[in-house]
Amino acid sequence: MIYSLLVLSSPFSGHCSRTAAAFAHCVITRGHTVRRVFFLDAGTLASAANSVSAQDEDTSMKDWAELANQHGVELAICITSALKHGMLDQVEADRNERPFPTIDSLFMMSGLGQLVDAYANSDRLITFGG
Amino acid sequence: MTAVTKKTILIVLRHSPYGSGLAKAALNTALASAAFDQSLDLLFMGNGVLQLQPDQDGRVKGVKDVGRQLASLPLYDINHVYVDAQAVERYNMDLSKSPVEIRRLDGPEIRQLMICYDHLLGF
Repeated sequence: MIYSLLVLSSPFSGHCSRTAAAFAHCVITRGHTVRRVFFLDAGTLASAANSVSAQDEDTSMKDWAELANQHGVELAICITSALKHGMLDQVEADRNERPFPTIDSLFMMSGLGQLVDAYANSDRLITFGG
Repeated sequence: MTAVTKKTILIVLRHSPYGSGLAKAALNTALASAAFDQSLDLLFMGNGVLQLQPDQDGRVKGVKDVGRQLASLPLYDINHVYVDAQAVERYNMDLSKSPVEIRRLDGPEIRQLMICYDHLLGF
């Protein structure tokens, strides 16, 4: 079965972002496919490259990195939400005259069309947060 | 973007219009879905019914008016807008002047509605 995930809440508030990553991992372990994880609204903060957590706290970044690097899962962030939350890649940093990019390179700037593409071509779309 | 298959979608809006970015995120998703020719309906539940409040003015809070955006939905071929009748009652709302035309559903009708779609997107 083909799954896509929609992540709406910030990784810094509540557990939904990490639950989404754990769910994606389980789906893959059971032999299904994750077509795309789409991050919208505060969910885009999952891409924050410079977030520093307390030493005794895990971050969701390593879970996302494993999904992207080991399983080729596409991590797409909504560009409008991302910009509003200060999440910029190099292109957007240049375009908006900001000194440096702020997102981790695991994540790809994307539009809502990619969310539509994700659910239109998936058997299941699971929403996390909201 | 690959060729898009047409799916039936129910977008469920459960949060108040200005307490978070979710109302706007849901509306933007609805408009994008309509632009990509998906067949979609909306259901307002719980605190989400407050998005339908007539005479709201988001500009007071320095943000875009959710009601005004809702009023533009018919332009995008969004088929049906449903509302949780119990929540409307709880907030004692008069929906005769709501920004869009809506149909009230009770609990069993909402359950019936939800099983009719390929996907539910919950905001």
